[in-house]
Amino acid sequence: MIARITFAETRAELTKQTRLPAYVIPTLAFPLAFYAFFGLAMGASRGVGATTVATYLLATYGAFGVVGCALFGFGVSVAVERGQGWLLVKRASPMPPIAYVLAKMFTAMAFAATVVVLLCVLGAAFGGVRLAPVTWTELVLALVLGAIPFCALGLAIGSVAGPNSAPALVNLVYLPMSFASGLWIPIEMLPPAVAHVAPFLPTYHLGQLALGTLGAGHGSALTHVAVLAAWAVAGVAAAAYGLRGDEGRTYG
Amino acid sequence: MDDHDAPARLSGVTKRYGTITALHEVALTLRAGETLALLGPNGAGKTTAIRTLLGIITPDAGTATLFGRDPRSPRNRARTGAMLQVAGVPATLTVSEHVRLFASYYPRPLPLAETLAIAGLRGLEHRLYGELSGGQRQRVAFALAICGDPDALILDEPTSALDVESRLALWAQIRAYVARGRSVLLTTHDLAEADALADRIVVLLAGQVVAEGSSSAIKARAGGTIVRCSTGLSVDQLHAIPDVDAVSRDGNVVRITTRAADSLVRALYVQDPSFALIDVTARPLEDAFLALTQSSANHAELLGGAA
Repeated sequence: MIARITFAETRAELTKQTRLPAYVIPTLAFPLAFYAFFGLAMGASRGVGATTVATYLLATYGAFGVVGCALFGFGVSVAVERGQGWLLVKRASPMPPIAYVLAKMFTAMAFAATVVVLLCVLGAAFGGVRLAPVTWTELVLALVLGAIPFCALGLAIGSVAGPNSAPALVNLVYLPMSFASGLWIPIEMLPPAVAHVAPFLPTYHLGQLALGTLGAGHGSALTHVAVLAAWAVAGVAAAAYGLRGDEGRTYG
Repeated sequence: MDDHDAPARLSGVTKRYGTITALHEVALTLRAGETLALLGPNGAGKTTAIRTLLGIITPDAGTATLFGRDPRSPRNRARTGAMLQVAGVPATLTVSEHVRLFASYYPRPLPLAETLAIAGLRGLEHRLYGELSGGQRQRVAFALAICGDPDALILDEPTSALDVESRLALWAQIRAYVARGRSVLLTTHDLAEADALADRIVVLLAGQVVAEGSSSAIKARAGGTIVRCSTGLSVDQLHAIPDVDAVSRDGNVVRITTRAADSLVRALYVQDPSFALIDVTARPLEDAFLALTQSSANHAELLGGAA
């Protein structure tokens, strides 16, 4: 029963978000455009450590894209639906609450997979990125599964932010965090002060986990997964706290 | 009918928001197979009562049950359909996508075509919600409430903000659902609507139930018309006209409460050459029930608790 409803809910969520230009365009176009510009146009074959710019930035812009799908797909949509009272209609219905959460997570992961695959196609076609099949698989899996902790953080933002302030709040978290984690410019090229802060950010660990699959990361994969899991738990706890006692205050 | 298994029931429910008492020891029961209207002016606490009944709001005192159990139990949710007042519904799904999704939550939903037919949405199934008019949107909300073929239907101000035509259409749709033998609880601030749809009416004023009875009994007590006019007749002369319930004078304007506005106006034209009609309005609910609440022991509390 829950599986069937989750499936129906996921299909509806995917349809709904796909028709929403305000979601689709920023989440798909920005990572692709940034990667094309910084990763491909500005010297794809130059070296970064053991690998090339095009290969290195494929991992980090992949992480950037995945985080955007999760924070916007989850954070903004929960904030809007909660703020407009739609969540109350869902809560009064027999829909199991977990179906709502899983549907948004699967939808964010589907968009994340789309961004990552498109980036890989770009990198392979125009950046000379050549990886073993097993490496391609590891990279895509690490990135797409990496959406999960950011879904939890999106849920936390969505459970406290108002529908109008949510997009701004997400950007305020998303953009500086991505920069400081070396998702735009390799962390090796950033000022040392930034490199000291980066390990405190979840985005850094997703970026390094993805780079790890290419043999270009710092630290062990296990550490990154553990840190991301801790962030996921913190996100769920914050969301539970934010939604506690939510009796349907609505914003126009 | 055992009240404990009633489709919907509030007993002794009190809900406060800070210093404001939204509901004060409210008790009401929706019996199987009946249509019950919760009638009250805006701010009387109707929405709080409905949301408490649906388990969205936790009362400070008292209990809310659906079919004798906690409203939040999955079994009860599957037997209940609700239409709430909300500001936004996802705009980028079509009518049939919305209905199909909600139908998937229920164990034995109505066929899609039947839901669309009852809610008057045939021909609109492929339209995006965001493209619909206000009346059509309200019908979608109604369709989502009935698509699971629930035993109890709970409608919060189903016709508010609708034009007359859409309102009458929704009345017909609610009646069509009632004809299936289901129990319906609806809120409204319109006595005519409560009278048109409900078997029984519970009147809520400033968070308290002030009257409860058959639609005809409540209408007899709360119904009536206010005629404002200027007239040379004295208050006593006005009282002598049949069916006049109350007369008050405010400067040159005389305010007459009557159960027969037509014959009153006719009598005034005949008896008073200086008579001039200002306006005729439906008697506000507060007007009919204020005397009742003012005489109650909770007078002070009520005034403080007008939420």
